[in-house]
Amino acid sequence: MQAIVCIKQVPETTEVKIDPERGTLIREGVPSIINPFDTYAIEEALRLREKFGGKVTVISMGPPQAMSALKEAIAMGADEAILLSDPAFAGADTWATAYTLAAAIRKIGNFDVIFCGRQAIDGDTGQTGPGIATQLRINQLTYVCKIASIDFEKKLIEVERLVEEGREVVRSTLPCLITVVKDINQPRYPTILGIRRAQKVQIPVWTSKDLDVDPNLIGLNGSPTRVVKIETPPPRPGKCDIIHGESVEQMAEILAEKLIAEKIIV
Amino acid sequence: MALLQINRELCTSCGACLQVCPFGALSLGSDAIIEVSELCNGCGACVPECPTGALSLPQVEKAETPDLEAYQGVWVWVEQCDGHAASISWEMVGEGRRLADRRGTTLTACVLGHQAESIAREAIAYGADRVILVDDPTLQIYRTDPYARCLVELVKKYRPEIFLLGASTRGRDLAGAVATYLYTGLTADCTGLEIEEGSNLLLQIRPAFGGNIMATIKCQNHRPQMATVRHHVFEMPVADPSRQGEIIREKPVMLEEEIATKVLDLIVEKSEVNLADARIIVSGGRGVKGPEGFNVIRELADVLGGAVGASRAAVDAGWISYAHQVGQTGRTVRPDLYIACGISGAIQHQAGMRTSKVIVAINKDPEAPIFKIADYGIVGDLFVVVPALTRALKKRLNR
Ligand SMILES: Cc1cc2nc3c(=O)[nH]c(=O)nc-3n(C[C@H](O)[C@H](O)[C@H](O)COP(=O)(O)OP(=O)(O)OC[C@H]3O[C@@H](n4cnc5c(N)ncnc54)[C@H](O)[C@@H]3O)c2cc1C
Ligand SMILES: Nc1ncnc2c1ncn2[C@@H]1O[C@H](COP(=O)(O)O)[C@@H](O)[C@H]1O
Repeated sequence: MQAIVCIKQVPETTEVKIDPERGTLIREGVPSIINPFDTYAIEEALRLREKFGGKVTVISMGPPQAMSALKEAIAMGADEAILLSDPAFAGADTWATAYTLAAAIRKIGNFDVIFCGRQAIDGDTGQTGPGIATQLRINQLTYVCKIASIDFEKKLIEVERLVEEGREVVRSTLPCLITVVKDINQPRYPTILGIRRAQKVQIPVWTSKDLDVDPNLIGLNGSPTRVVKIETPPPRPGKCDIIHGESVEQMAEILAEKLIAEKIIV
Repeated sequence: MALLQINRELCTSCGACLQVCPFGALSLGSDAIIEVSELCNGCGACVPECPTGALSLPQVEKAETPDLEAYQGVWVWVEQCDGHAASISWEMVGEGRRLADRRGTTLTACVLGHQAESIAREAIAYGADRVILVDDPTLQIYRTDPYARCLVELVKKYRPEIFLLGASTRGRDLAGAVATYLYTGLTADCTGLEIEEGSNLLLQIRPAFGGNIMATIKCQNHRPQMATVRHHVFEMPVADPSRQGEIIREKPVMLEEEIATKVLDLIVEKSEVNLADARIIVSGGRGVKGPEGFNVIRELADVLGGAVGASRAAVDAGWISYAHQVGQTGRTVRPDLYIACGISGAIQHQAGMRTSKVIVAINKDPEAPIFKIADYGIVGDLFVVVPALTRALKKRLNR
């Protein structure tokens, strides 16, 4: 069983604060983490390896500091990691990201399942997984909450997907790309042994020269979309009418009356 | 992977750019010249701010869709499950109608399904000028491959300028594949769409970094310009059954034997929590202090015939199930009335409820951010205020 897991390093957004005067994000001292959804992807790959043997390779495209996310994945138990890092990859939107990751996966070559998170918490798009699958012309199974069965001989997989109406049971063929939701498992913590291994391991860095990519299709150059403006969300129009009164009872009466008089409650 | 280029000769270290960088990527270096860090993602917000023109982004070589002018009209994908259209699709048709009118062009709905002609007629009633209907047993249930390949062929044949899809699980699954095949831009989860004056390009506005910032995104050189939008971001249009429109029938592109994926079953889980359709929502946060605290919330919701919502803090604490969570990682809701009790109003919570028509906040901290977006507020202990409000409403509504 050969699994490839795509992980992204993201800022831990809980701690992103807006500078009230400048209206910009304060990111100093914000820790970087593995995109939380991707930890479920790593865990699921590790579970398959424990059951069937084989290898789990983790890849990430990002700046040199994304190395620490890959080391964390090794500490969790991944066998190998590769960092895709090159100034030429900078500014990639989801199209160019998927194109580059797909090129790296082609170079790795042998795989049965590719795992992604359902979405990255910084971009929140969930487009990269389907993008990679389409680039590689393999089946995609998104929002997977359970791998019911997998048969590497017959090259068949059966999963449950979380859709609006409930759970959809789907059978497909291998190789395929799976994006996982939280319900699929409970990710493990890194082990002491894993952490030691992660400290020692040499993680190769691939640049655009190492990949069979068209320079016009990577990074900002290859991205069909452009961010043209960034601003803080506009405030909601109007001001809050703070209800005052002698007692809570009276305040509640006033509010109830207003809501009914203005036909907000009918 | 900083993209920004700084011309050291021109930089006067005035600091104008520091103010506008949304990512905090710029700083004044030791030699009083602006420095750029890895946090730069090339958004370009700083470039026009520099009075001396010292900042620039690398010139972009254009990989273009040939013949941009040939792409005309607005398209919406109509999602269906079990012969019923998803309401999110009608919201998209409503917004697509508005954009098509602004652009002075037509609105086309794409209906893929089996025995789906009634959905095609519904699409016209909701505002489509014409419907492309692909009716075939292979399309009865959504599957990525037959749907994506069919839409790709339709786009190649008819060349729409703008293509909108609902950001449901199926919509996201499909849009990601279609945009990749077509090599065009796709913007996820837009909260606003506009046509830019002059260029007539689609401006796609979406939250980023957990709603901390709003980004406007354009797709200049590729067609169609694709975007997904979440449920309840746009209003549901009113259907007019007397509207007339054209239905064009097209053929699927895959045979059943060529499709690797089979849907074996759909296990429907009826959730009793119907946040999405509730007209009134009463939500509780960390301030309710425990599972029992939700009793006062539930009583108020019952009097109003509303649903119970929650902040992530309350859900993570295990006081109430995830199905109730409102916000960036929960549901987006757009009720007529949203009553937030013991919720501070973090930006991620706001991301799921700020488009509610009327917001009422009950919180003991007068400085809580929720009051900044609320229409009415009571500063006080929710365990006293909420029951009092329940009593007052009960009396007035005779319930
Ligand atoms: C990536 C990401 C995604 C997120 N997604 C979501 C999401 O989808 N939804 C969401 O809600 N959050 C989300 N969050 C979390 C969010 O940042 C906040 O942590 C959360 O919304 C806080 O919940 P709260 O307002 O209930 O708690 P708190 O911020 O702790 O606020 C509790 C409030 O209750 C008030 N209070 C306490 N006791 C009483 C009382 N007796 N009477 C009246 N008032 C009282 C306090 O004054 C305070 O204002 C997300 C965070 C991240 C990083
Ligand atoms: N730069 C990246 N490197 C590796 N994997 C990525 C990268 N960006 C996105 N992914 C994968 O794609 C998923 C969806 O990301 P997104 O489309 O950005 O929401 C993530 O959960 C990752 O598994």
